[in-house]
Amino acid sequence: MSSNLKWKAVSIVIVVLISIYGIIGLPTSWTAAKQNFAQRIKLGLDLQGGTHLILQVQVQEAVNLETDQTLDHLKSDMRDKGIRYDDASELNGTQIVVHNLATNQTGAFRDLVSSSFPDWDISPAPNEASGYVLSLKPAAIAAIGQQTMDQSVETITRRIDNLGLTQPLVATYGQGNNEIIVELPGESDPNHAKEVIQATARLELTKVVGNQPYPSEQEAMASLGGVLPPDTELLPGGSGTADNGQPAGSVWYLVQRTPIVTGRDLKSADAEPSTENPGYYDVAFHLSTDAATRFGPFTEQNVGNQMATVLNNQVILSAVIKSRIEDSGVIEGQFGQQQADDLALELRSGALPASVKYLEESTIGPSLGADSIRHGVQASVVSLLVVLIFMVAYYRQAGVNAVVALLLNLVILLAALGYFSAVLTLPGIAGVILTIGMGVDSNVLIFERIREELRSAKAPVSAVDLGFKRAFLTIIDTHVTTLVSAAILFVGVAEKGAVAGFAVTLTIGLLANLFTSVYVSRVIFDWHLAKMPRQAELSI
Amino acid sequence: MEFFKQVNINWMGKTKYFVALSLALLIIGGISWARKGLYYGIDFTGGTLVYVRFDTTPPIDKIRQGLASQGLGDSTIQQISDISSPNANEVVIGLDERGQGEEALAAGRTAILNALYASLGAGEPGKQDFNSVTPQALADQLTRKDPLNLGVNVGDKYTQLAKQLTDYRDHDLRGVVSDLRRLQGAGATPAVISALRDSYFPSNFAVISEEIVGPQVGAQLRKQAVIVTLYALGGMLIYIAFRFSGGGLLHLTASAGTFFLWKWIDFVIFGAAAVLAVFHDVLITLGLFSLLHFEISLTVIAALLTLVGYSMNDTIVIFDRIRENLRLMRREPFASIVNRSINQTLSRTILTSGLTFVTVLVLFLMGGQVLRSFSFALVVGIMVGTYSSFGIAAPLVVAWSNWRGQGEAATGTAAGNKSRKG
Repeated sequence: MSSNLKWKAVSIVIVVLISIYGIIGLPTSWTAAKQNFAQRIKLGLDLQGGTHLILQVQVQEAVNLETDQTLDHLKSDMRDKGIRYDDASELNGTQIVVHNLATNQTGAFRDLVSSSFPDWDISPAPNEASGYVLSLKPAAIAAIGQQTMDQSVETITRRIDNLGLTQPLVATYGQGNNEIIVELPGESDPNHAKEVIQATARLELTKVVGNQPYPSEQEAMASLGGVLPPDTELLPGGSGTADNGQPAGSVWYLVQRTPIVTGRDLKSADAEPSTENPGYYDVAFHLSTDAATRFGPFTEQNVGNQMATVLNNQVILSAVIKSRIEDSGVIEGQFGQQQADDLALELRSGALPASVKYLEESTIGPSLGADSIRHGVQASVVSLLVVLIFMVAYYRQAGVNAVVALLLNLVILLAALGYFSAVLTLPGIAGVILTIGMGVDSNVLIFERIREELRSAKAPVSAVDLGFKRAFLTIIDTHVTTLVSAAILFVGVAEKGAVAGFAVTLTIGLLANLFTSVYVSRVIFDWHLAKMPRQAELSI
Repeated sequence: MEFFKQVNINWMGKTKYFVALSLALLIIGGISWARKGLYYGIDFTGGTLVYVRFDTTPPIDKIRQGLASQGLGDSTIQQISDISSPNANEVVIGLDERGQGEEALAAGRTAILNALYASLGAGEPGKQDFNSVTPQALADQLTRKDPLNLGVNVGDKYTQLAKQLTDYRDHDLRGVVSDLRRLQGAGATPAVISALRDSYFPSNFAVISEEIVGPQVGAQLRKQAVIVTLYALGGMLIYIAFRFSGGGLLHLTASAGTFFLWKWIDFVIFGAAAVLAVFHDVLITLGLFSLLHFEISLTVIAALLTLVGYSMNDTIVIFDRIRENLRLMRREPFASIVNRSINQTLSRTILTSGLTFVTVLVLFLMGGQVLRSFSFALVVGIMVGTYSSFGIAAPLVVAWSNWRGQGEAATGTAAGNKSRKG
């Protein structure tokens, strides 16, 4: 064997080893190999089951909120500075109109806006002698939008992370339509996922006025003489959450409208097994230092009085304060573990800056995923066998060449998926199968050319050489045309998960094929020719 | 082994049959397309789809009645049969709600599920469907009930048990537990089963996947798909133009004073013929999609793009040979050069197309419902794509050269006729 050929063989062996390492690592046992394989070849949602959501953040709400707040600030600043005007109100989501400003104070007004509200442009109001319109600058609107999106992604990520799924995905999606993609492998209940994403847990600890519940709203109003005392509200209660205890509304509490502590004051919240109700879970929380300075004195003054735990405007617990409480507490609600986990999570992660709208959702059940894997594997194995058997039957020893090339192609393909941490989807498996079919194309092209050359009475060595040379250009052609399609497909629909997987496997498969069918197959031929007696015939 | 030895077929002499075949396919597909239109998947139209798997033959009539009673009389029910698993017992219930809001779509899903429970009488008040319980929720429930009396030593035993039971349900029972006793197969003891019975009911169907696509997303995707397809064709044109920039048939008609447009077509005729042939393939495939009521989804667009590339392959191989032979056999009439080129590459064409065809056929038969339309596009596309390279692309080039280079073309046809007679 020439040394040149030897080096080529070595390079192929190295590629094979790197590929095998990429697929199964350095396993010490069969199970370890399988584990490594499962870890490296990541399956798409359509194969492992899960939930896929595309949601749109209603960014306009955040902009409106900014306008609301600006209006409030503007009014109070103008009051402080003694700037006189008739009325100020919102014109629309991004504009504020100030009517009839005192003419001698225009300068002060302009100064105020430019110093305190730099995000706003001033223009004279149409059809009004001394009216002004403040408009939120486009750059500011864009900044609010960006901030809202970032915050939404962050909040959703935090909530999703706590679901304990392997490799969930939360990311902005599409081009500037304020969309977010959420992929949750293993989550087979889309409603639960949506609840977790969207739920806002508004927690309030507040004083129960009168220290007793009422059996119904009417009776409460009757005993209060038809008027609520100032700064109080009547809230429905239940001995647990709506689906896990008495139905909401079977008792009513009169509570103080201004809570002592709200969800914003929490430093942490965690689910823990209940000590009072075995088998159920509580949510234990810690307060921030600031809130603790309010909570301590309050509980001390109200020992013996009732305090209500209000969640989303429903009293889930009302209990007598036994002693001063410093900075921690427990929400008892006879929760299941999952409910308690979800609640703790909602309390921890805070509210979404704006509401969301679901544009698309799909859920693949675990049994369908298992089915798809089975179908995909079966189809791959059968097509591989058919192709391999045919190649060996038709081309004899040269066919074995093709078999080696094809198998190596698949090994490289799998390894590349692992190295690029690409995701294998069902269309991706179809891409693998198509690669099997198209992979032999190059071999057939070359072998047919070699046969032609042999027919025109060329010696095996030169027939092989010419066969490879002449088929090469055509092989490049056939690969480029399909690669162009695959590349455009990938760029065009890159975000549509499963389909992109098809483009990925097809592209990798074709590239690997260039290496295996042209380079590897040639080396095997050369090695064979070198060993072969000079006058022998080539088995092709 | 060798299937094709010294083939000598006069392909160009059979052009009229090819034209007739292509026209027939195009017309049939065209009529169907015009009358029935194309059947777009939910990802393009928007709507709600719920896939339900049954334990036994799905009671279609009952489902229909149940849906009607929920005011969903216009929903579609499609039964899925699969060649590799003929007893798939699956139905797809679809709610096509073009132009409606996302909330309506989500409500549609809930309504479909309610209709199923109501009409199939599976639900039990206060209990949950075992087929839809997640491992985590099941673990919760088991921990609370503690049927194995583990007390404080519970550890993650129930988490493991829950995983074991749901895995058994999803893999061995294919998602449908029609009787909780069947869970014994997963190692559930009678105590566990009776604890499960307190909280869950078995049912003879399970929702195996759900899809809701809002109208906004569908419209966006339609636009995206068209753009992608056009780009692919454009990319192909650029490559072909680059690849066959060697002058086309200029040598045939190099006479001065020719109308410049004709000269330009001489120059690009190979590329133009190849792209026309691919266009023909896509049209025929789409026609068959309409005729046989296969769904056009995003994956089908992927298949069509692949087909564009694949169909180009065969054509390029033949055209390459034609150009090679044009250099070798300058004296021969053009049509017989084309014939010879097709014959020389015939073995390769049939073999590779045949093998690729077999693989996609396997995919079509065994790949499962999800890939059905996708693999159908490839099965049809590979057949048509192979045929069009010698049946459409090559004859187009010959026809053009006949029209342009009168003298030589005449001898070409004559030679073709002669060889066929001989």
